[in-house]
Amino acid sequence: MNWTAIAAIYRFEMARFFRTLMQSFLSPVLSTSLYFVVFGAAIGSRIDEVEGVSYGAFIVPGLIMLSVMTQAISNASFGIYFPKFIGTVYELLSAPINFLEITLGYVGAAATKALFIGVVILGTSSLFVDLIIAHPGAMLAFLVLTCLSFALLGFIIGIWASNFEQLQLVPMMVITPLVFLGGSFYSISMLPPFWQNVTLFNPVVYLISGFRWSFFGMADVPVGMSLLAIGGFTLGCVAVIAWIFKTGWRIRS
Amino acid sequence: MAPILEIRDLRKVYDGGFEALRGVTLDVEEGEILALLGPNGAGKTTLISTVCGITRPSGGAVRVGGHDIGTSFRAARSLIGLVPQDIALEPFEKVWNSVRFSRGLFGKARDDARIEDILRKLSLWDKRDAQIKELSGGMKRRVLIAKALAHDPRLLFLDEPTAGVDVELRKDMWDIVAELKASGVTIILTTHYIEEAEAIADRVGVINGGALMLVEKKARLMARMGQKQIELQLADRPDTLPEALAHHRLEPGPTPDTLIYTYDTKAERTGIRTLLNDLDAAGLVLRDVQTRQSSLEDIFVDLVKGPQP
Repeated sequence: MNWTAIAAIYRFEMARFFRTLMQSFLSPVLSTSLYFVVFGAAIGSRIDEVEGVSYGAFIVPGLIMLSVMTQAISNASFGIYFPKFIGTVYELLSAPINFLEITLGYVGAAATKALFIGVVILGTSSLFVDLIIAHPGAMLAFLVLTCLSFALLGFIIGIWASNFEQLQLVPMMVITPLVFLGGSFYSISMLPPFWQNVTLFNPVVYLISGFRWSFFGMADVPVGMSLLAIGGFTLGCVAVIAWIFKTGWRIRS
Repeated sequence: MAPILEIRDLRKVYDGGFEALRGVTLDVEEGEILALLGPNGAGKTTLISTVCGITRPSGGAVRVGGHDIGTSFRAARSLIGLVPQDIALEPFEKVWNSVRFSRGLFGKARDDARIEDILRKLSLWDKRDAQIKELSGGMKRRVLIAKALAHDPRLLFLDEPTAGVDVELRKDMWDIVAELKASGVTIILTTHYIEEAEAIADRVGVINGGALMLVEKKARLMARMGQKQIELQLADRPDTLPEALAHHRLEPGPTPDTLIYTYDTKAERTGIRTLLNDLDAAGLVLRDVQTRQSSLEDIFVDLVKGPQP
């Protein structure tokens, strides 16, 4: 393994993040505050509690997941798409590194940024509601795994995309709806039975449910299923990336 | 000593079926400057990209410093530096960080003194903290070279280093190449400026239609292929040439009082002496004589005009 190269990519990508630190920091703080004003104060005042948890606190895991997933995807997809767009990808391809090392550098940096934003949102939330974290270890594990797996997905999207529209397409058309319909702001049990069953086909449900369990000890689906889902998703992304690297798809002519 | 670069029957067929390289074989000795000359689309960039690992070969073998670019790609690529044809740089990054990144990417330990040395040699030291987007086009090209040199390569590819560059900067670039050669780096550059190959290369390869048409020492190439011309200026050129001069295949020159005689430097007899004798016998008085050697450009045009492989 060429660890020096991985570190170089990681540092280079993080430098981009630090150049826009204020923006990276302020935007999640602002959007979280807005969600709390709208869902927590305006609507939440009419929904007292969900399964014994105040509505304001209940939406915190979903909010974090929403931002972490979209940020991990956009950071990783942009990270690898931009070199392709401006042509600097030649340097990656001609360096004595393999694709695993390239991926570790880019995905590691994107996951770090998403994790940072997740932590910022958690901190901001604690200003609005009293938060208890029942299983901190599991919480962290879910958070890190989500950052990683969605950064992997973003990396795939970045390699696939051949223009900026496509770069936005999957996050906007697929991920946002899945997250919104995945129980970010409500419990699955609040839905009619038919829609409860439909919802179980949404993979994001398992992630949010597991993450919420680590906070409040309650879940829409068993925690084991959640772990299985996120593990399977991560492996799926790794498999796709392995295939991309083997064939050089959209990277190496 | 084994060549630093050995290319054997290298082939590349793109997905669309376009055959960019048709069995290129080439050896490059350590320390030389080889200019690859060819028109647009001849396969110059494909050849470089394939050696550097950006493009996958469809057939053949390439060894750099004895390392196969497929099976020991790490060892092979560590020896190579690439300066691409287009300016491709992260616009918001600082010069220093960008060059340091390149060194790290090649797995070399951080060495600020070395990077300082490179930046100073390329007159970039004053710009080390500037964002790349603030630099002029010429400075950006220097950054590309600095990045390519950051890991101390032994073989440097310069893909059209002076395309779209003004005359002054081109001269600068040639000086940089000369300094690099002096420091022991082997350089392969592509160009479609003949004068560039003529000015700086030790050997010249001509590539066209994906095939290497010839590779030769520049001087020998010009001597072998070169034709010389004598321009004869006469005191008074007659309207029709005397019968005695007909077999000399003289052509009218650029002005009415001149005649051109073309001869082959390779030929056993150049025929110059008989020509001069015949002129004298015909009573023509010479005012001036000039000789001209055909340039690499003439040779090149002759080659690529010939039948396509």
